Amino acid sequence: MQAEQSARVISARRHAAADQPAEQAAERRAGARRSAPQGVPRAAFGLELCHSVLNRWPARLAAMLMATVLSGAALAWEPSKPVEIVVAAGAGGASDQMARMMQAAIQKNSLMKQPVVVSLKGAASGAEALMYMKSDPADAHRALIAYSLIYMLPLSAKIPFNWRELTPVSVVALDQLVLWVNAKQPYESVKAFADAARSSATPFKMGGTGSRREDHVLTAFLEKKTGARFAYLPYKSGGEAATQLVGDHIQANVNNPSENLEVWRAGQVRPLCVFDKERIAYKSAVTATQSWNDIPTCREQGVDVQYLMLRALFLPGKVGPDTTAFYVDLFHRVTQTAEYKDYMEKQALKPIYLTGNDMLKFLQDDEALNRDLMTEAGFVAK
Amino acid sequence: MEALGLLLYGFSVLLTWKTLALMLVGLVLGIFVGVLPGLGGPNGVAILLPLTFTMDPTSAIVMLSCIYWGALFGGAITSILFNIPGEAWSVATTFDGYPMAQQGRAAEALTAAFTSSFIGSLVAVLLITFLAPGIASFALQFGPPEFFAVYLLTFCSFVGLGREAKHKTLISMALGLLLSGVGMDTVSGQLRMTFGSADLLRGVNFLVAVIGLFGISEILLTMEERLALRGHSARISLRVVWKVWRELPRYWATLLRSSIIGCWLGITPGGAIAASFMGYNLAKRFSKDKESFGKGRIEGVFAPETAAHASGTSALLPMLALGIPGSGTAAILLGGLMVWGLNPGPLLFVEHKEFVWGLIASMYLGNVVGLVLVLSTVPLFAAVLRVPFAAIAPMIVVSCAIGAYAIQNAVFDIWLMVGFGVVGYVFKKIDIPLAPLTLALVLGNRAEDAFRLSMIGSAGDLRVFWSNGLVGSVTTLALVLLFWPLLSRVFERMRATPA
Repeated sequence: MQAEQSARVISARRHAAADQPAEQAAERRAGARRSAPQGVPRAAFGLELCHSVLNRWPARLAAMLMATVLSGAALAWEPSKPVEIVVAAGAGGASDQMARMMQAAIQKNSLMKQPVVVSLKGAASGAEALMYMKSDPADAHRALIAYSLIYMLPLSAKIPFNWRELTPVSVVALDQLVLWVNAKQPYESVKAFADAARSSATPFKMGGTGSRREDHVLTAFLEKKTGARFAYLPYKSGGEAATQLVGDHIQANVNNPSENLEVWRAGQVRPLCVFDKERIAYKSAVTATQSWNDIPTCREQGVDVQYLMLRALFLPGKVGPDTTAFYVDLFHRVTQTAEYKDYMEKQALKPIYLTGNDMLKFLQDDEALNRDLMTEAGFVAK
Repeated sequence: MEALGLLLYGFSVLLTWKTLALMLVGLVLGIFVGVLPGLGGPNGVAILLPLTFTMDPTSAIVMLSCIYWGALFGGAITSILFNIPGEAWSVATTFDGYPMAQQGRAAEALTAAFTSSFIGSLVAVLLITFLAPGIASFALQFGPPEFFAVYLLTFCSFVGLGREAKHKTLISMALGLLLSGVGMDTVSGQLRMTFGSADLLRGVNFLVAVIGLFGISEILLTMEERLALRGHSARISLRVVWKVWRELPRYWATLLRSSIIGCWLGITPGGAIAASFMGYNLAKRFSKDKESFGKGRIEGVFAPETAAHASGTSALLPMLALGIPGSGTAAILLGGLMVWGLNPGPLLFVEHKEFVWGLIASMYLGNVVGLVLVLSTVPLFAAVLRVPFAAIAPMIVVSCAIGAYAIQNAVFDIWLMVGFGVVGYVFKKIDIPLAPLTLALVLGNRAEDAFRLSMIGSAGDLRVFWSNGLVGSVTTLALVLLFWPLLSRVFERMRATPA
């Protein structure tokens, strides 16, 4: 259903592109298309455009009419200035890498006329980005790469935010979390690790990103299921947690695959298990001896803790349906590019594509799940 | 000598007319964005980044790094001419650079800044070339206690070595620490001192504060003193360059000391910011003529600029090897490199030799070409000061406001900037130094996090700061510097007694 819809939008857009000169001319005459009043029905606005074109370029009329009749999308919204991809995290983190991939995919495949700018708004554990998205609800030139912070920040730090205040575009990936230890440590399984942690005189140090967030929640549940105690050290980014693990300043971390990928390949850390109900699907070798698929699930190892983190795109709350349609189409086409597929496999992300009502349903369920986890871990601010 | 062979290979990749042309374009653009007060390095580089997407990887990286060098050079220009530092590490350059410009010696100050930046980067690039693999493992030794020790060292050296009255330094520093606590606390995940305001959520941005404290307050002071209708006389001749260069050998000790400090703090992840302050303070400490610092002494420009660029350049090493950028501009550069599949990590030096050595070779070339380029612009920029203050002040204020706004796209930050301008004005009137405040604002948060993480890790045991040789010696050095005035008095008395 979704695929069908976007296929239709794509063909319409192709058609529009074929008729670009006329379109641009019309733009010059009637002002930028986005200046069309929101309330005016699309057809009426199309007619108005045709009229203005009629005076100057009668010969183009037929072509214009064809375009107008065949597809509403020919006159649909398009960005008139650079589009900002807002990252709710610091430089080099998983969100930033995804934003860079999208920036490159859009620009290298010419998916959009306007350029893409990545802006890092990771202050206040990402709350800066959420407030920024809320600050101008009608700005159609910014899109947020969201992850679980949209549920957790309002609960843990009472940030006045609810994802319903934004316009959901699509869920483009699910990120895994993996339990990692320093490769110099002897533990080959979760059990061995947990036993050592339980019998250690001083609690093992577990590194993660931020306080009362997914990494912290997972640590709390690991404690619950294994009976071990951990001293949780909140760092500013996953990259920092990775470096600290390599430097042996912490005993373990629960980073995303992308955050520990490079140090894993260098043989400096060892993955113990992935917090999902099934193994990661990618079977091509990542290190000399292992692929993502070789990492057992925590459940297989007798520690039933699961968590998947969404990677989704949102627009500000009060953009028009045309704008949303444009971005749904744009990011759907991003998911079709080689850059995206390459990225998904390299970073071991779980493929998913949801938009419209499917996405709403997913967000509601995911939010409920996150709230339960946070409540059980005791991380909800009173 | 594998490094040398690889470096030559890097040069062979770069030495084509096309690459050299791209290098020039990158440098010019970089200087341009670095000079626009407020637009600054990070924003400028972010805007220019997409330019490189259509190029082949080597050209793209050369272009990117040259934009970076250009922005670094350009940052010094606004510090000296308008007292507005573009990056954290340009703050110390204003201490003597701006007074020099006020005395009509802008050309001299600019030449000194550019030349010492060049020397600093050159030392750092040599270090990167020959010691790259070993340095990455040095950076890995830094856990929370080590980080805290380094920050402590910076704070202590400020109190202990500063010329100003100790209680005033402490007041200023305490205010900075307080302000750095505004916003989200990483360790507890809770908001602090935001009073329910969404604007305070982000915390007090360092650059906004600096633009206000230095730029706006300076304009307030000048206005009070009377709006001068004449501009400053600025001799604009390239002969100034030779004059400064002839003086250079006299300050070899300062240059060497600052280069070493810069390199050391640069490869300490996140330490780059402190380098210029430490370089400046130590130069002052060891100088025979301490009183002339802060009043337009050329050594006061050499010292921080050398340290800043040595650290800015060597900070690329932990960035490439560990993925931790040392500054805002470096963070954007990191993003650009990632687009080209250059994921920072220990294997980068093994798997992407041609990229890495191309980048290192471009550091050499970019710096040489950059130096020539910026030196030739000295007369141009120095001439800006000939414009009467009354004409240029409104422009400075407007570009300060734009700059403060552009950092986070927040109107609130403009008011914050004005507020800091008033604070800066009052502080200058009652003779409280501003530098400790800015230092505490930028490092306070990190120092606090590092301290609390150390405490979580050691279950509250303070001995963790003497738990190994590295952290122990840095902590001890910090305490020695803090009590240096007392200690030196004790030494003097001991020396006096037997005699």
